[in-house]
Amino acid sequence: MSEGLYSMEAKDYDKTLDLTKIKPYGDTMNDGKVQLSFTLPVDAGDEAIEAAKQLLRKMGLENPLVVYSKELTKGFTFFNCYGSCGHTVDYTSIHVPKVESTTMDMHECDEYIKEHIGRKIVIVGASTGTDAHTVGIDAIMNMKGYAGHYGLERYEMIDAYNLGSQVPNEEFIAKGIELKADALIVSQTVTQKDVHIKNLTELVEMLEAEGLRDKVILICGGPRISHELAKELGYDAGFGPNTYADDEASYIAQEMVNRGMK
Amino acid sequence: MQESKVGLDFNKVAHAREVAGRIAGGVQDFVQGYTTVAVERTICRLLGIDGVDENGVPLPNIVVDELKAKGLLGQGVMYYVGNAVLETGKTPQAVADGVCDGSLDITALPLHKEADIRKALDPFVSASLERIRARRARREEYIATIGEGAKPYLYIIVATGNIYEDVVQAQAGARQGADIIAVIRTTGQSLLDYVPYGATTEGFGGTFATQENFRIMRKALDEVGEEVGRYIRLCNYCSGLCMPEIAAMGALEGLDVMLNDALYGILFRDINMQRTLIDQYFSRVINGFAGVIINTGEDNYLTTADAFEEAHTVLASDFINEQLALLAGLPEEQMGLGHAFEMDPALENGFLYELAQAQMLREIFPKAPLKYMPPTKFMTGNIFRGHLQDALFNIIGQWTHQGLQLLGMPTEAIHTPFMSDRYLSIENAKYIFNNMKDIGEEVEFRQGGIIRARAAKVLDDATRLLEAMESEGLFTALEKGIFADVKRPKNGGKGLEGVTLKAENYFNPFIDLMKGKR
Repeated sequence: MSEGLYSMEAKDYDKTLDLTKIKPYGDTMNDGKVQLSFTLPVDAGDEAIEAAKQLLRKMGLENPLVVYSKELTKGFTFFNCYGSCGHTVDYTSIHVPKVESTTMDMHECDEYIKEHIGRKIVIVGASTGTDAHTVGIDAIMNMKGYAGHYGLERYEMIDAYNLGSQVPNEEFIAKGIELKADALIVSQTVTQKDVHIKNLTELVEMLEAEGLRDKVILICGGPRISHELAKELGYDAGFGPNTYADDEASYIAQEMVNRGMK
Repeated sequence: MQESKVGLDFNKVAHAREVAGRIAGGVQDFVQGYTTVAVERTICRLLGIDGVDENGVPLPNIVVDELKAKGLLGQGVMYYVGNAVLETGKTPQAVADGVCDGSLDITALPLHKEADIRKALDPFVSASLERIRARRARREEYIATIGEGAKPYLYIIVATGNIYEDVVQAQAGARQGADIIAVIRTTGQSLLDYVPYGATTEGFGGTFATQENFRIMRKALDEVGEEVGRYIRLCNYCSGLCMPEIAAMGALEGLDVMLNDALYGILFRDINMQRTLIDQYFSRVINGFAGVIINTGEDNYLTTADAFEEAHTVLASDFINEQLALLAGLPEEQMGLGHAFEMDPALENGFLYELAQAQMLREIFPKAPLKYMPPTKFMTGNIFRGHLQDALFNIIGQWTHQGLQLLGMPTEAIHTPFMSDRYLSIENAKYIFNNMKDIGEEVEFRQGGIIRARAAKVLDDATRLLEAMESEGLFTALEKGIFADVKRPKNGGKGLEGVTLKAENYFNPFIDLMKGKR
């Protein structure tokens, strides 16, 4: 099964890096090596392995290799596979929309707010709709923060309100008005059947209907959120995986200054 | 007294337990005086009332809402439904049908004496208890004949939203070695003040808990259990606003394990603390009687609070949960007290601290099938490191003889598990459990070392916390945010409107019967 351990195949392809035609890297430039695993709904056996190989070829993988297969239960077989990707991507022509702000740490952020806004800013956050997960909003809001990045509650110049989970959009907006929020942060963790999209869209529509949309900075975050998606849904910014409270605080403070919010 | 591998002072343990007992007693004093809409609906179900009206509203809700609307909920459904049974000669189900179609006003009938009402209900009460006893005997018979997996039981979740798809996943999991299948509930079910009806095929992030879904999965697990020669336990969630109702449904359908923790609902679902502590008492009485292992949710504290700094809150809460369960007549052997492997992987010696805490809990609750939860907070999407984190977690599970090992998935934080994720996780656990089988008996911990020091410190901190809570009581402690850094007001949260003081005619014979005649 592990005939690929020491590859004897001739490496007769161009081994120089060309950013207009990049492909995956295993241990040699342009070898195109990809590893993947998946399950097919068939019994284990030679036919199953052949089916997996054919599928790999259809995915654009040359020299497909099934290194491990195992029947998980009758009628389902799991595969670990390798192959060489024949496709390339032009890296030089890529443009990804990004949040346009400089991330400052907590102290810099507090100083920036003192100097440029001159008062505490109010941020209200919640995991809205039916979403019961607080992991995301807690990582951003709670004093402790996450992975060494303090949460917004610890910022001297931020009044942070964490409403928790399963907050209906109506209630979220009402609380935002009551607390005179400068910014609203929505966290969405559950994404089955795109329930987060519906919920995020509903919040924007409700804010627009109440004439509040332009009066607050509206941002969303979660494992399936990108800045691009957020903009598309009518948010000012979106924060995906590997972003922290300081990213959001910096963005909000700078955006308030840009908009002249005092 | 047993000898402690981590150098615990069992006098200190006994003291902490006494303090927790007094805190739990304070809660129980409050609980005794009240009933809730959920408790009353549970009694309806135990009397055999089932089904829904043309709008899908369950009959137990219709009966209970009728009494509530007339301000008579405090008298209880036993009194009014029983009176109607006695007066009309109908079954409780037929009485409920009458309330539903408007042909019967159970509050307008001539009222009989309590003793006569009790007698009229006796056959229905007995039938229900018999059915639960038979379910329990069936489980015991299976375990005696086909056997069960060794502890730690491998506990996996299925969560497709479609009960029939869940069956495929669950049976596959059992064939791969799982001992417990938990059917995750659909997002938001804990906040529904009714239990949906019938088989369901649509859910978000999980599948509705319904009595029919329980039945379908029980049957599927019995089939696969006979095939693999191992009894497969079924787990669901009796938490949220329908806590005791789901306990009753689970008892009637032969569930084996139930998440059952008011503190979890208060902190993480913002359910009103009075409501859910009253509901919890009855649900634990039912679970105790049905032989169901309860799981408590302390592990969740560490998803919001720091696992190193706040470990003592987990222990303190386990102490309180143990005492609350004992008050409900639930034996130690059914207490799946919760904790978790949630320390930051970057923490130096984090494994040693986790090991110390797991061994400490094992010794403090020696009979309890402790529920050990895998890493979730620091699962990043790096599935390769995640698989290693789960391996460290599995090592501690085997080493310290945890009861229920909730298997971590390498794809935690990415998606609900694929069939292959479960295979990889079960393989991981079985490899470690077998390869390190007796490590707990072979290795001792150094005097004055990190592990003994950690266990002592967590016990001391937990004791101090319990002592501080004793004077103010659990309700005030929760208002102050003592667990999980979450604050909840006594009169806030969801479900308070369903709480009512018991009135002079109130009676619920199930409590005494279930607590007394196990």
